[in-house]
Formats: sequence, C-alpha cells, structure tokens
Amino acid sequence: MTAVIEAHGLRKEFTVRVKVGRLRREKRVVAAVDGVDLRVERGEMLGYIGPNGAGKSTTLKMLTGILTPSAGRARVCGLVPVPQRTRLARRIGVVFGQRSQLWWDLPLRDSFDLLRHIYQVPAADHAARLRRCRGLLDLDEFMDTPVRQLSLGQRMRGELTAALLHGPEVLFLDEPTIGLDVVSKQAVRSFLAELGAGGDVTLVLTTHDLADIERLCRRLVVIDHGRVVHDGSIEALHARYGSRRRVVVDLDEPVAEPPEGAVVEADGRRLVFTVDGPAAPVIARLAALPALRDLAIEEPDIEEVVTRLYLSPGAP
Amino acid sequence: MVDLRPYVALFRGQARSLTSYRASFALELSTNVFATVMDVATVLVLFRVSRTLGGFTLHEALLVVGLSSCAFAAADLAVGNIERIKFYVRTGLLDAVLVRPLGALPQLLLMDLPLRKASRCAFGTGVLVVAAATAGIEWTPGRVALVVAAPLAGMVFFSAIFVVSAAVAFWWVETGEIGNAFTYGGRDFTSYPITVYSGWFRRLFAYGMGFAFVAYYPALALLGRADPLGLPVWVGYASPSVAVVAAVAATAVWRVGIRHYRSTGS
Amino acid sequence: MKEGIGVDSVNATGARRVHQNVVVPFRTFTAITGSGFRRYSTYRQATIAGAFTNTVFGFLRCYVLLAVAGAAAHGLAGGYDRAQLATFVWVGQGLLAVVLLWGWTDLADRIRTGDVASDLLRPVNPVLSYLATDLGRAGHAVLTRLVPPVVTGLLFFDMYLPKRWVTGPLFLVSTSLAVLACFGCRYLVNASAYWLQDVRGPMIAWALGSGVLAGLYFPLRFLPDWVAVALWIGTPFPSLLQTPLDVVVERDPPATQAGLVALQAVWVVLLLAACRWVQRRAERKLVIQGG
Repeated sequence: MTAVIEAHGLRKEFTVRVKVGRLRREKRVVAAVDGVDLRVERGEMLGYIGPNGAGKSTTLKMLTGILTPSAGRARVCGLVPVPQRTRLARRIGVVFGQRSQLWWDLPLRDSFDLLRHIYQVPAADHAARLRRCRGLLDLDEFMDTPVRQLSLGQRMRGELTAALLHGPEVLFLDEPTIGLDVVSKQAVRSFLAELGAGGDVTLVLTTHDLADIERLCRRLVVIDHGRVVHDGSIEALHARYGSRRRVVVDLDEPVAEPPEGAVVEADGRRLVFTVDGPAAPVIARLAALPALRDLAIEEPDIEEVVTRLYLSPGAP
Repeated sequence: MVDLRPYVALFRGQARSLTSYRASFALELSTNVFATVMDVATVLVLFRVSRTLGGFTLHEALLVVGLSSCAFAAADLAVGNIERIKFYVRTGLLDAVLVRPLGALPQLLLMDLPLRKASRCAFGTGVLVVAAATAGIEWTPGRVALVVAAPLAGMVFFSAIFVVSAAVAFWWVETGEIGNAFTYGGRDFTSYPITVYSGWFRRLFAYGMGFAFVAYYPALALLGRADPLGLPVWVGYASPSVAVVAAVAATAVWRVGIRHYRSTGS
Repeated sequence: MKEGIGVDSVNATGARRVHQNVVVPFRTFTAITGSGFRRYSTYRQATIAGAFTNTVFGFLRCYVLLAVAGAAAHGLAGGYDRAQLATFVWVGQGLLAVVLLWGWTDLADRIRTGDVASDLLRPVNPVLSYLATDLGRAGHAVLTRLVPPVVTGLLFFDMYLPKRWVTGPLFLVSTSLAVLACFGCRYLVNASAYWLQDVRGPMIAWALGSGVLAGLYFPLRFLPDWVAVALWIGTPFPSLLQTPLDVVVERDPPATQAGLVALQAVWVVLLLAACRWVQRRAERKLVIQGG
C-alpha cells in the first residue's frame, strides 16, 4: 500500500497579541497544531475530529498548501504542499463548508464550466464526472440557478461536485455538513459513502457531527490542543475508553433474584447489562426469564466518548 | 510559456457575472466616471482662480492630468480591487484561490475585476487625447511613441503601488487607509506639475517613490519644455522604465507577503 | 462584536426607562454616546492609519492651493490668503474625519443582513440611537483625527490663527452642526438600502459628490458666486465642511459667519426630520412587507 498523505511532526505556531493591562500588549506563541503524525493510505476514509480550535482546519490548510507548517514534514500525493502548490492543486479537491469555490452570481453550470478551464480538464472526462455527480446529487433542478439563490444544502452539493470535476485523488472536506438540514446531510453522506466505496478517492473529513463519522469513516483521528489523542477505529476508541454496549430488559413483574451482572432499575422491572464482545450469549440467557416484555440493545454513544475525551485534561 | 486560457476563462466568468446585474452595472458605469471627471474639473476650477499653476499653463497642466488620469484609471480598473485583500482573507476567497492550480494574484484580480471602472478609463483616455491635441505639441516619432508608452507605463506603475499597498495588509491588518495615501495620494500628486510641491515632501513622492516619472517628466518631454528643477530632457523619454522597476519590486513584495500570510494564517 | 458594546448598553439603560420616565432618555442617549466613543477607541490601528492618510492628503492639497494663491492676483485665491488656505486645508483634513464624510455603512449593512430588525425592538428611536453613537464617534475623532493634521500643518506651514474671540465658540457650534448635518446625510444615503438591493450606486454618488461639494478639494469660493450661493442654499453640502472652515479662517465678517451657521442649523433640522420620516416609512414597509 502507498501512503497518499504522510505527515511527520507537523506543527503550526501562531503569534497572538494578548492585551496586558491598559496599553501594553504581549506577543505569545500558540501552537495550533503541535506535532501531528499522520499516514493515510490510498482509498481510506478518515474522520478528523476535535473540539473547536483543536487544530483541525489548520492541519487541513497545511496539507492543502494554504499554510506553511512551522515545523515538520508533509507530503500529499508525493508532493510537498506549499512549494508544489499548483501541481498538488490538480490532484486534490477541497471543500470548505463555510467557504465557497463557486461563482456567486453565476449558475452552477457556468461555475463548473469555469473550473474545467481552470483545471484544464479534457472535456470528455469533465462531462463524465459531471454526469455522475448530477445523478448522485440531484443537481439537475438547480443547475441553472445563480449560486447566490441556492439553499445551503443545494450549494454544498454544488461544492462537492466542483471539488471532484478534475478527478482528485484526495478529497479534503472541512465541515461539509455544517448548517445543513437533515435531508441534505443525508444526501451528502450517502454521496460521500458512494464515493469512498469506489476505493480510488481518499477522503479526509473534519466535522463536528459525529454521525458523519459513524456513517462514513472506519478510521478516526481525534485531535485536541493540536495533538493526536486517538488514531484508530471507532471500536478501538470505545474499547479504550470503556464504553460498551448495553442490553436493557423490561419485565412485567419485578424479579426477586436478579441474574448475575445485572443492574436493577425501575423497582426491579428493568435489568441493564453491559456487554463486552458479542451480545448473543447474554440474550440467550435472558430469553429464558419469565415475564420478559421487551429487550433492547443500546449501541455505545460516540458523542459521549468523544466528549469525555475532550474534557479529560492532558489526554495521552 | 504560461498558458493564458484559464485566465481568459476567469475573465469571461467575471464578465458574465455582471450580466446578472445589467441595470445596476449601467448605473455604476455612469456614476464611476464622475470620479475622474471630478479630478479634471478640480484642475479647471483651480485655473479659474489663477492663470498658471507651478509655472504651467492650463493646456500644459491638462496634459499632466490626462497622463495621470489615464494611467491611474487603467490601473484602478485592472488591479485596483486588490485593495479589498482584507475582504478576500475574511471571506476565504484567498484560501479558495490557493487550492487552485493558478497564481493567486491573477485569480483574485480576475475574479473581482471592477469592470464598472472602465468608464473612468475611457474618460481619462479622452482627456489625454484632447490635451495632447490642444497643447501645441510638435510631434516627432519619439513623442508619438512616448504619448502611447507613458500612460501604459503609468498604469503599470500605479498597479505596482496598488499591489504593494495591499500586500502590506499581510503584515499589518488595518492598513487599508494607509494604502490610500500612496494609491489615491499618488494619483493626486501626479495630477499636478511637481513644481507645485516643495521641500522634502516633493523629493520623497517625486523621486523617492518615483511619482514624478508617471506624468510630469513625460509631459515635459512631449511639450519640449526644460525641467525647472534641472533634470535633462531625456529623463522624460526614459521615465517609462521606472514602471519596470516598480513592477519587479511589487511582485517581490507580494510574494513575500503571501508567504507571510501562509505562515501566519487567517 | 463590532456592535456588541452598543447593544448591551442600550438594553441595560432601555430597561430602566420604565421607572424613570423623564430623566432616562437623556441618560440613554449619553450612555449610547459613551459606547460609541469606546467602540471607536478600540480601533487603534485604523485610527492611526486614518490620521496618517489624512495628513498625506493634507500636504498634497495644501501645496496645490498655495500654488494657486501664489499665482493668483494679489496673492488672494477666492478671497483667501496663503495662511488662510493652509488653515483651511489642515483643519479640513481633520474635520473630514470628525464629520465622517465617508466610510459609514453601519446602517446599510444592518439593513442588508436584516439585523436592523433588532434595532426596532429596542425602546429607543433608531435615528436617535445611531445619532448618539455617531456623536461618541465624533468626540473620539476630535481627539484622535483632528489634532494630528492640525499639528502637522502648524509644524510645516504658516497657518492662519483666528483673531476674533467670537470665532472660537462659533467654530465649536458650526462643527457640531456639521457633525449633525453629515450624520443626517449619511443616514439618508444608508437608508436607501431599505428600498434598494444594492446601495453601491447611492454610496458612490455620495462619496464623489460630497467631497467636492462640501469644499474638501477646493474652497467653494473658487467657484463663480452664483454657483457657490446656489450650493449653500440649495444643498446641505457646504454645511458639512465649508462653513466651519470659513468660520475658523475668518473668511467673512462676524455677521455673515453667524448667518452661515444659522443656515447650517436650518439644514440640520431639515435633515434630521427627513431621517425620522424615512425611518418611519421604512419601518412601516418592514412591518407590512416583512422586509
């Protein structure tokens, strides 16, 4: 396997001026990204999450050639982002959720046409990619509407298309679902899932919405205070922070003697088991209970885990 | 060789954007011309009060104004909107153009080209043509070449000033108005014969920053007048070369500025 | 963030109004004025940049006008001598920022974004509230934007210093009226955003017209008399700069000056009444059409 993205000790410092007293200001150096190591293989779908100001966007900006790292090395598609910016630009796609690549006053159709010229994409390739996006993202009804009149959801579908028309190897998405309604979020997620399923586009996605990650990404990188605090699967995250599935059993009558390992709630009418590994043996055991009314398996809540992660000071 | 087709496409996109505001564009074309009309009208008003200005008659002074207005209006049309750099940073347009496979500066300029300022450019050229026709110039091939080259060089020169003024914002964010002192201030300075000014102020603007070579020295060469300040006549013919120096310097400042932006972020 | 200070103090003082009916509107007004002052004192870089730029333009305009006077008959241009012209230019460069001829788009921006609706929810008339903020801003500008160009002018040029005692108070009155008149003009230009989608047209027209017609580029006395008189009586522009500047350089006898200041006062009344009327029409439009 070849790594599409490689970063070693990536660091970005900003100088901020802090007001000290009435007139004096002091310069302070703040590390927005503080030694990030990252290796992403071709075709991976990577969720890059962290609280506000953790350094997500800054990392993305360094990988896309917008910002120069203060220290460390990065290679994307084998290129060094800032010095080889224009070459890299042809091979990556970037979607900023709150910023637009489209021409405000022009219909989407015209924006797409302009982008074909800017990236100098052969007409046939361009047409084929556009056809695919139009189909998957239902663009047809607003292809001729000026971008300024599009809803946020429609615009985001346009942005995704715009970022893909030159056939990028890596697609960077910075908060692609921010501010979208539920339906548009679903549309964007299914599109990205479809795109990732092909296996030839690498996706790097920052988000606040963990549902994006659960739906799309098998690998999750959590960053906090500029450092990577978790890199692995979602399951690994749960395992590491002890979040487990729960089996909840409701009974018609209170049990006299609760089974082993159960927490009794609701005056003995509810039993709660936490499960490591497969739930089937537990369920089999419970099915024999008299007066069983209902049984539910609750998946661990990723939000909760991540919140705990953010809150824990000086996480490893 | 740089492939210009993507840039042509950007220009077409900008022109097409305007068609969605046809009525307001027409209005803006007509209101914008007044900026240049005012500059010229101001000179006419001053000559109502006094017969000469800095030792120059109205017709001679109009040639200076014509060269200055024409050059400034053209630069303002082509490059003037770069003074919106702060806005580009805030709205993310700068980031957006940085992830595209083209130069950042030409993209910014072409994506926000203020075509409404074309009317100023046309008016400035008109003033120059009228002034050149009525100033009693004895036309020689050299002067014909100069009357064409000088406004073009002036345009490049003012463009360089615009770019440098904007690039300073990469270091010092709230510089917007300081830039005006040198862009619009430069236009005002070049609108009059530099004999009007004096002392260190004249030395600084005229020679230190090179504004004397935009309109004043070319006008002297066209008129065949000796410079009251003592520089030889050939300076007028050589003055377009100052624009080259300015352009090179501006490109360098822009490059350093954008590198600074990329190392500090938004 | 920019509006934060203003909003807080308006709400805080607005709530008290219920209990103390007579005193508080004035207190509200002064509180908003104070917040306007403080808000502008946070824009330190912009203030320095602005003062610097006005000073550069001061040199440019001063040299040009002095050259005009130097070549004019009897050394008098439009009835001003060289020292008077220097004072005219340098005080003008400062007053330009005090009356704030250009660069005020607060109201238009709030109308465009729809934030203006929250102005209507406050218990203070929007015109008064914006005016109070603007007076705070003007007060800040007197200290930070008027002084630097005037000091520069004194250092590098022979400036005319007023000789009549009455000029001082009259200049103060005239400048205050100029601030009010200019606020009225700006408010009306901005308010066009209630009806127009794109206010760049009116904004550009205002920026271009106001500079030359207010006497910034050259004293209006350089124009033929009938034009100058028509401008003075028929338009508010000379009341924005030319009148206070004529007062400070003592261009006319005291009686004439008092008359010009009275004319300013008439324009202030007319402009503020127009603002109120326009604001009412706009509110009715907002309420009925929902913006």
